[in-house]
Amino acid sequence: MTLEFTKNIRQFFIEIGELSYFAGRFFREAVKPPFEFKELLRQCYQMGNRSLVLVLVTSFIIGLVLDLQSRPTMEQFGAVSMMPNMVGISIVRELGPVITALVCAGRIASGIGAELGSMRVTEQIDAMEVSGTNPFKYLVVTRVMATTLMLPLLVILGDGLALYGSALVEYFKGAVSFQLYFTTVFDALSYGDLIPATAKSFFFGFAIGLVGCYKGYYCKKGTAGVGVAANTAVVFTSMVLFVIDFVAVFISDIFYDL
Amino acid sequence: MKRETHSIRTNAQEDLEREVIIDIRDLYKSFGKVHVLKGFNMKLYKGENLVVMGKSGSGKSVMIKCLIGLIKPDSGYISVMNNEIKTLNRETLDTLRSDIGFLFQGSALYDSMTVRENLEFPMRRHKKKLGPLTDTTPLVLEALESVGLADAIDLMPAELSGGMKRRVALARTLILQPKIILYDEPTSGLDPITSKEIIELMLRIQAKYGTSSLIITHDVDCARVISDRMILLVDGINYAEGTYEDLITSADPKVEAFFKK
Repeated sequence: MTLEFTKNIRQFFIEIGELSYFAGRFFREAVKPPFEFKELLRQCYQMGNRSLVLVLVTSFIIGLVLDLQSRPTMEQFGAVSMMPNMVGISIVRELGPVITALVCAGRIASGIGAELGSMRVTEQIDAMEVSGTNPFKYLVVTRVMATTLMLPLLVILGDGLALYGSALVEYFKGAVSFQLYFTTVFDALSYGDLIPATAKSFFFGFAIGLVGCYKGYYCKKGTAGVGVAANTAVVFTSMVLFVIDFVAVFISDIFYDL
Repeated sequence: MKRETHSIRTNAQEDLEREVIIDIRDLYKSFGKVHVLKGFNMKLYKGENLVVMGKSGSGKSVMIKCLIGLIKPDSGYISVMNNEIKTLNRETLDTLRSDIGFLFQGSALYDSMTVRENLEFPMRRHKKKLGPLTDTTPLVLEALESVGLADAIDLMPAELSGGMKRRVALARTLILQPKIILYDEPTSGLDPITSKEIIELMLRIQAKYGTSSLIITHDVDCARVISDRMILLVDGINYAEGTYEDLITSADPKVEAFFKK
């Protein structure tokens, strides 16, 4: 039991070390020509398009639910007029980025893990290498950059839909107009809310792409290996996302004195 | 520890008379405690079809991957057309690879690309070799016609049968007009009729393009039809060498055991 626990801890740190090395290789390869712009654009479209509907639907529902759940409590305190402020800050600072990132971890990281894993076991990555194309640059760099660039956009769109969901509840339950709702939300938000949230979205996107690619690129042989790559990509990415979130909140707390 | 290689026919004379295209000497490769190659030696001559046979897991694929630079050997000398692989930088290795076609065991076609895009993919990095190309279609069609699949140009790999995939993969190896073609189990997973078609295709390609071929297989029928010379890889070394007839009539117990299995 203790032996197995020690082994698991050791394996975890080995994995962290290998992931850091993988990240280092990403930065080295990303700045070296030739650049795969066409593939990058294709990946940006794929990543954004593949997750857009899921992110929008999830965010909209989160906005609705958050407002419906919080309303009775706020009413008890006579603070129902603060609903737009509370929901707006919650969504922009924390819920929007984290929920979008988790949805994308499930959708994108597992997809990348499975795709690259299957390319690895069917020797497509080797075939790419033999044909003179650097597979790391073509497959990994483009995907990691695409997720890094696309996630903040998905977060912004997701935040918008979540706020719209909340506004809808306020419109029907509290007779608050959309104009009043959004004016109150934007008045309540400051740069201290927007900048850290956007900055951490870039890191979330980077982590999703990096872990997905890492798991797929070093997939063990066999079809079982592809399944494991897809599965562990989601689990590991989710863990990394919460660590990044904690670090981001901690740092923004220092800078913006929340 | 001194090893003995059971060389049935010497090729020392051939070294002097024919140009050596691939030269492997004392190749060692281990994965952890598993020693796969333990001093493998091999020479491929210009225009020759050399078959390397061995049981599954004997290190045939590892050897061929060391040869193309996909796996780093622990030690040994590998030279392809007088270029020592381990001394080459990435750019030179890529240039050299454009002269080497590699047919992978499972075809390794890119799933997300059409047949045309699969064939165009290797051209991206070798524009210098192919010269100024405004339209790649004639080259793609020529390669596909060589394997009898010109009609499949716009199909996806998922729409092709196993034999068709192998043919398209062969067309992809031909697109850069290589001087050497490496075949990793070209008939594995195919039915006997399709295997025969692939073997005939390989022979036709060699006659048409004058390539030298290194064929890794454990298919005795394939080896019989295609080989000019054979090497039997046993226990990580080139255990026996010679023509198909030499090996099939060998009295060595290990060689006998392999062919009578």
